Amino acid sequence: MVAFKLPRNSLIKPGKSYPAPAGAGRLKSFSIYRWQPESGDNPRLDSYDIDLDACGPMVLDALIKIKNEIDSTLTFRRSCREGVCGSCAMNIGGRNALACTTAIDDCKGTVKVYPLPHLPVIKDLVPDTTHFFAQYASIKPWIETQTPPPADQERLQGKEERGRLNGLYECILCACCSTACPSYWWNSERFLGPAVLLQAYRWIADSRDESTGERLDALEDPFKLYRCHTIMNCTDVCPKGLSPAKAIAEVKKLLVERQQ
Amino acid sequence: MNYRTPLARARGLGAAREGLHAWWRQRVTAVALIPLSLWFALSLALLPQTDYASLVRWITSPWNTVLLISVIIISFYHATLGLQVIIEDYVHGDAVKLISLLAMKLVLAFLALTASFALLRIVFVD
Repeated sequence: MVAFKLPRNSLIKPGKSYPAPAGAGRLKSFSIYRWQPESGDNPRLDSYDIDLDACGPMVLDALIKIKNEIDSTLTFRRSCREGVCGSCAMNIGGRNALACTTAIDDCKGTVKVYPLPHLPVIKDLVPDTTHFFAQYASIKPWIETQTPPPADQERLQGKEERGRLNGLYECILCACCSTACPSYWWNSERFLGPAVLLQAYRWIADSRDESTGERLDALEDPFKLYRCHTIMNCTDVCPKGLSPAKAIAEVKKLLVERQQ
Repeated sequence: MNYRTPLARARGLGAAREGLHAWWRQRVTAVALIPLSLWFALSLALLPQTDYASLVRWITSPWNTVLLISVIIISFYHATLGLQVIIEDYVHGDAVKLISLLAMKLVLAFLALTASFALLRIVFVD
């Protein structure tokens, strides 16, 4: 059943407060979720006042500044700081986003930073994405063919065929969409979620792949695919501007098509 | 100790190769219910009198009977499919899920039968 009684550690308590140094100019307050599961304590919200005149423009810049200058125990994932690696996906101001492409100026009032919703927390802003990536592996995200590759050249693809991958290949698997999806919250054990379904369609749409039928077989399931109820949070939240909802609709269309 | 790999957990019992039909029928019944509900609401609203005798006369006219039976069957079927989705979404214990799905389907089938019987009784007996 739906859990009506939440676990003890879902209660977030007020935490420490780090005021800005004297003489700071433009101030912005950050409330950040902190939790170390092994400690046995409940999660807490620490608040940090940042001088925007001495900080880069993005939320990730502020997090790095906090870690470097104020509190080195703050834990988060980051790598490319330009929206191509998908490491710094987190919930900022109630919305899943990449910290590196979210401007501090676009956040009204206190900037609230939480880990991605509904994933187990490893520490602070670092969620456990093991199951998410195992689901990704389960859709066989690689080309599957019977025909051997042509000698001395790559498998060719027309411009139009290549065009069908636009809006799909850009996905960086940051998990913003899947963890924004209520269906994924309630049934992530079996529902593949928008990110993995978009990736599945990326291989179905690939003109060079010869396993479209098997791929559709593997998706035709009340839970793996049909838990999607077109809620559209995925498309709303995607930091790369993609539409997992459309990709899922295309998969459903193909499943109907092969019955006709 | 659980030594199952994450991939084994993610692949689970595999795909059921099912679900398309329930999903498709839900769309088809939804589309069918658009004209049927409009017809039902408008016909009732446009009835000059709503006393017992004129309602019975309206129900027993052949087209109205057929359309009313369609409204009953299709809307109960649509409701069954919708409630099934809700139960699958929110009820997670295997036994509880099975029992609530069965109970829901039996109750709705019974209600659909009762409604159809009431309608046919008006048409053929009264």
